[in-house]
Amino acid sequence: MKVCGKVHKYGDNVDTDVIIPARYLNTADHKELAAHCMEDIDTEFVKNVKEGDIMVAEQNFGCGSSREHAPIAIKASGISCVIASTFARIFYRNAINIGLPILECDAAAKGINAGDEVEINFDTGVITNKTKNETYQAQPFPEFIKDIINKGGLLNSLKN
Amino acid sequence: MGMTMTQKILAAHAGLESVTAGQLIKCKLDMVLGNDVTTPVAINEFNKFGFTQVFDKDKISMVMDHFTPNKDIKSAEHTKQCRVFAGKYDITHYYDVGDMGIEHALLPEKGIVASGECIIGADSHTCTYGALGAFSTGVGSTDMAAGMATGEAWFKVPSAIKFNLTGKLNEYVMGKDVILHIIGMIGVDGALYKSMEFMGEGLKNLSMDDRLSMANMAIEAGAKNGIFAVDDVTIEYQKGRVDREYKIYEADADAEYEAVYDIDLSQIKPTVSFPHLPENTKTTDECGEVKIDQVVIGSCTNGRSEDIEMAARIMKGRHIAKGVRCIVIPATQAVYMEAMQKGWLATFIEAGCAVSTPTCGPCLGGHMGILAQGERAVATTNRNFVGRMGHPESEVYLASPAVAAASAITGKISDPSEIMG
Repeated sequence: MKVCGKVHKYGDNVDTDVIIPARYLNTADHKELAAHCMEDIDTEFVKNVKEGDIMVAEQNFGCGSSREHAPIAIKASGISCVIASTFARIFYRNAINIGLPILECDAAAKGINAGDEVEINFDTGVITNKTKNETYQAQPFPEFIKDIINKGGLLNSLKN
Repeated sequence: MGMTMTQKILAAHAGLESVTAGQLIKCKLDMVLGNDVTTPVAINEFNKFGFTQVFDKDKISMVMDHFTPNKDIKSAEHTKQCRVFAGKYDITHYYDVGDMGIEHALLPEKGIVASGECIIGADSHTCTYGALGAFSTGVGSTDMAAGMATGEAWFKVPSAIKFNLTGKLNEYVMGKDVILHIIGMIGVDGALYKSMEFMGEGLKNLSMDDRLSMANMAIEAGAKNGIFAVDDVTIEYQKGRVDREYKIYEADADAEYEAVYDIDLSQIKPTVSFPHLPENTKTTDECGEVKIDQVVIGSCTNGRSEDIEMAARIMKGRHIAKGVRCIVIPATQAVYMEAMQKGWLATFIEAGCAVSTPTCGPCLGGHMGILAQGERAVATTNRNFVGRMGHPESEVYLASPAVAAASAITGKISDPSEIMG
């Protein structure tokens, strides 16, 4: 499977309070959450994001609260994949469990700039920066996690 | 190769002789927790995938603490959804307004979690119960739904960092100062995916409330869990609270640690985390003049008996500074009752504070003390991210109850010894 899109770029320690502030946690509606995604650090994100776009950040993305509303807001805003040097562990679990593709790749996180056109091949883990004509190799998922993703998320994998 | 304390608990709950760091395992759960923000998402998932029964009605806790007493119609609908689900499945540990407390203060206090157990909670501060010598970690709502349905969760076995504690804390220095000091030292991702294991001869000098506030903030260093060796203090705390057999695990002598830090408790000074990351720490003597608008004393980090008592001790016979708002929130009904019976509530009210029924409220910018643009708060809570307590251009300074109370009196970040002499 491949995705291709324009990059929204952030730095270190993007926390779940800025991904979706707690003042909006009184709803579980995906579209409503998406409407406020990233607004405390990037008021332009919601206006500019297009279906299939890619989010790239550096160290410890998704740190803080366990709110699943954070990966839900990112996914519902149209983002097709998040790439970061490292992810906070609860965010990592939540993203896999809800079916938001995420990749750990330090070289990509450092090499990719805001606005770059990037293509990701999930089968090979190869990330291609079409704007800069560079490629980066992401860590493939362990088999156990691939199995959850292939079965359509954690709960689906339990039912089947 | 020996196992860490965490690895031993995980191996036992996976039915394995031994485990090693990096291994993916499935564990039986002793408790699955959620609150009024995360449980509705879990219930939606539980229902969507057609589950019709919970694995054990006694091993699920639902605590309505974040936006309660409900702040608006939407949050009231969420709590109602939890209440209906808990009624339908006869959930034993469902706590609503009037008997609820902040989840991570309530569960240890009521003996719902105990040493050696394996616990997940759809709240990142679920790592708090590591203070009891349990494996306890935060997960999301989908994991909670899966846990409620199957009684199991998958984990990647973590490696660990060891903190060898020696010495004794000075007066007005608390567990909160120790954990802020540690986060300042190793950073907000210093323990990413790892366990933080606390042991050593200094452990005996740390009260259970100190340990609970330290384990609570393990997540602020990125850790999967924080865990304390079990000793007489732990055993004494669980007497009269835990009415079932529990198991005490110890790390093997040859357990492998990625790093070992020696922490002399007598050297820890009152510590404050400056905006906007818990790792931005300064000791109070390095803070300079930081004027404040609000003080919050409470939360799952510091709303327990000793925290409230410390704040009362400092405020006794004094009044908070003009122009400062101080909000005190005992974390559970039992702490609230004790505060009333011992006169701490009167002290706070005489000092000019507002005192509230238990709620997470202001800690996450939910309600009960939201900051306006440009305002500054000293809070005994656990996060000072951008916008955490209100406006994106407000600021939160994390500190102990002693520092927070002293700061409320002076109107600027202050060391308790300045006031107490």
